[in-house]
Amino acid sequence: MEGMLADRQDQVHRTGEQPFTLVCNKDSLAGAVSQRACVFCGSRVVLYPIADALHLVHGPIGCAVYTWDIRGSLSSGSELFRLSFSTDLQEIDVIFGGEEKLYRALIELIDRHSPKAAFIYSTCIVGIIGDDLEAVCRRVEAEKGIPVIPVMSEGFKGNKRAGYTAACNAMARLIGTGDTAGISPYSINILGDFNLAGEIWIIRKYFERMGVEVVANITGDGRVDDLKRAHGAALNVVQCSGSTMDLAKIMEEKYNIPSIRVSYFGVDDMAQSLYDVANHFGDKEMLEKTKKIVQEELTRIMPQLQIYKKALAGKKAAIYVGGSFKAFSLVKAFRLIDMQVVMVGSQTGTEQEYRELAEITDPGTIIVDDTNPLELSSFLEEKEVDILVGGVKERPIAYKLGVAFCDHNHERKEALAGFEGMLNFAREVYSSVMSPVWRIKK
Amino acid sequence: MSKKAPNYISTTNACKLCTPLGACLAFKGIEGAVPYLHGSQGCATYMRRYIISHYNEPIDIASSSLSEKNAIYGGGPNLKLGLVNVTQKYQPKLIGIATTCLTETIGDDVGRYLNEFMRETEGTMPIMVRVSTPSYNGTHMEGFHAAVTSVVDQLAEGGETMAGNINLLPGFISPADKRYLSEILNDFKLDSTILPDLSDTMDGPAGTSYKEIQPGGTPIASITSMGRATATIEFGRTIGEKSGGAVLANKYGVKRIVLGTPIGIAETDAFFAALSSLSGNPVPQKHAMERGRLLDSYIDCHKYVFGKKAIIYGEEDQVVGLTAFLAEIGIVPVLCASGGKSGKLAAAIRDVTGDILAEQPQVFEGMDFFDISEMAEGLAPDLLVGHSKGYPLARKMIIPLIRVGFPIHDRMGGQRILHLGYRGAQALFDQVVNAILAKKQDDSSVGYSYM
Ligand code: SF4
Ligand code: SF4
Repeated sequence: MEGMLADRQDQVHRTGEQPFTLVCNKDSLAGAVSQRACVFCGSRVVLYPIADALHLVHGPIGCAVYTWDIRGSLSSGSELFRLSFSTDLQEIDVIFGGEEKLYRALIELIDRHSPKAAFIYSTCIVGIIGDDLEAVCRRVEAEKGIPVIPVMSEGFKGNKRAGYTAACNAMARLIGTGDTAGISPYSINILGDFNLAGEIWIIRKYFERMGVEVVANITGDGRVDDLKRAHGAALNVVQCSGSTMDLAKIMEEKYNIPSIRVSYFGVDDMAQSLYDVANHFGDKEMLEKTKKIVQEELTRIMPQLQIYKKALAGKKAAIYVGGSFKAFSLVKAFRLIDMQVVMVGSQTGTEQEYRELAEITDPGTIIVDDTNPLELSSFLEEKEVDILVGGVKERPIAYKLGVAFCDHNHERKEALAGFEGMLNFAREVYSSVMSPVWRIKK
Repeated sequence: MSKKAPNYISTTNACKLCTPLGACLAFKGIEGAVPYLHGSQGCATYMRRYIISHYNEPIDIASSSLSEKNAIYGGGPNLKLGLVNVTQKYQPKLIGIATTCLTETIGDDVGRYLNEFMRETEGTMPIMVRVSTPSYNGTHMEGFHAAVTSVVDQLAEGGETMAGNINLLPGFISPADKRYLSEILNDFKLDSTILPDLSDTMDGPAGTSYKEIQPGGTPIASITSMGRATATIEFGRTIGEKSGGAVLANKYGVKRIVLGTPIGIAETDAFFAALSSLSGNPVPQKHAMERGRLLDSYIDCHKYVFGKKAIIYGEEDQVVGLTAFLAEIGIVPVLCASGGKSGKLAAAIRDVTGDILAEQPQVFEGMDFFDISEMAEGLAPDLLVGHSKGYPLARKMIIPLIRVGFPIHDRMGGQRILHLGYRGAQALFDQVVNAILAKKQDDSSVGYSYM
């Protein structure tokens, strides 16, 4: 491609044209305006929905202020997680160290809010000035009697993925500290759903209708006490390729809890997720119930979906999302409404995932890792895309080119998971693609 | 009521942004410029998203994308590589390089790196302006002004004075404000350089292709000529002594005129008076008429707003302007708060309200929304005036929020909000009055349709 930085060429692949190769999990190239965020961002997004914990960002103000209330994660109770706490380090702290300020800020905030636990995020400059977070956390923990957990999320220590790992390590310190009495043998933890626009409530309901007990919605509408007893669940149901897989692994090693990977986006994947859980437990009655749920839900949404499908058939879609698991589901979801996917990319996919994506997409589809605005816009033009699915940073790029857009990121206020989520998704796509504004001559 | 500033260790829901964000915005208002952050990737991505959500426009901010290794051994190589890549990809006229907390903390000597780099590349690179913007020192406004100062310092040249040509450094204003300022200067028949100019770069028309760099921004040739203008007008009663205007005065003897951000009639009158005297032309009829209509509306509505209590928060100079405006229409500012710390806010507010208000509002710098909310409880305000981040407080108190400034993240059209001049005051005034009327109507048990 013309104009592509030479060092980026190995992060783009066109299916069917040559054998699959794609280099990923590479540090973003200097000067390339990556759409990626940092380690801290990864940790922050995963832990953010633990609603009754205090989330204190230890660093200068920006890191905290840019993550204030930016996600659509909902809580059924405590709203503490939606506040943006920072130590707002000043020059003097940078010179003499920020430990004392951190300590005092923590004490102040814990006294003020009485949280169930506290997560302390390390940012780039804390990594440089060398504050001993662990020591401060232990000191406060002893004084206040709640878990105070450092999250080693210095921004420059990798990309978002490293942040997921740091978050998982932090959560692992909570898990296993609570009482597991009375938990059903048919029980699960939900990992990797962030309850955006209340999605986890939709999913939970399906599981409950199946007769499955949800011990902890770890990363969506999460609660410290639930996390503490999460090791009592019989199965971890993990969504998202990157964000919580590490936690599932840790729990498997430590507590022998098996895990399955699922996706709640799109009809196929949603149904498959429920079946996988039912099959795991091997309970006949549960399987029957599951079939019934799927049947009922499909009967409910399919007629409405037809309307969208008729209008959208043959339109071309491009996908650029944070994690590539979403990309898989989106490819299938677009197929369900007869749309053609011509580009798929993500910020943090693995080579294996991209390979699989290449396999399930049509020849000529562009597969891309960690793209940038210029590249993205050239793909949109080249493929004459009708709609782009992405996040906030991608939206204006699409709009400027006169391309429709569907928000599929952490800020969204529309529930896109579950069976009814598929309907919402189709409606979102429909309401952008079919708008008459695209007809007005520029 | 205590007049002591809240003094907490922790910050909750900050009422400020970080320094480099302001610098990036300032750079974005220069023709052909790409803002560049020397630091790790996260900062740039976060700022882009924050800015995009306000303007609904793309903004590319390049980054050195420093990794841990770079942080330990110094970010020079990454900086140079990044600059080469940005140049290749964007062919910018100017790269505005702002440091971040990280590179300031590891002590990267960006000046030295750039000098080396210039030598190595033998003048094949675009203009490079650098500004030091650690966030542990100041807010986005300090970053904004520092970037403007650096640009002026580095690019402006002296020479023969150009009669009828002035510089205007308006501070951080909306694209709509900038367009209106241009119109005013034109109407006064003044040639001018307004720096920066985000009116096209961050509020462009729908296009057919994606531009590497959005067209618009202050032309570099104009910036170069700033040393030859007859005067520099700078908005902002709290800006420091290291401003762009000060640089031009010190280096080239360009007369420096510091005015308050012209929000409301009184502050705008001062601005128009300055333009009259600089241009030798009277206030153009069009603007005199706008002023007249504005005053007419003030009179028509004065009873509805009189004595209502307002809390104003945000960037210091904007708070000063808004407070001047609210005071002149009969609203009582009860709390003026900013996350900034210029040390000048209280005095500036006294200067613009002293002859109107019997009692000065509580004025505090270094505030966050926890502080503001805590104080608000005892003040029983009728309305809040500021950016989107005050919404949780407005919701809690069930009072209207008049959205102004940056960021507007919960409504559309932040870039089109007009604040300045008679026209801006008219727009704000109508909003304020109608918000108060709507609240009264909504709260009424009758639901009247005739006042
Ligand atoms: S490190 Fe500094 S520059 Fe980066 S986001 Fe945080 S406050 Fe802003
Ligand atoms: S300073 Fe580091 S942790 Fe903070 S936003 Fe920037 S990259 Fe992320």
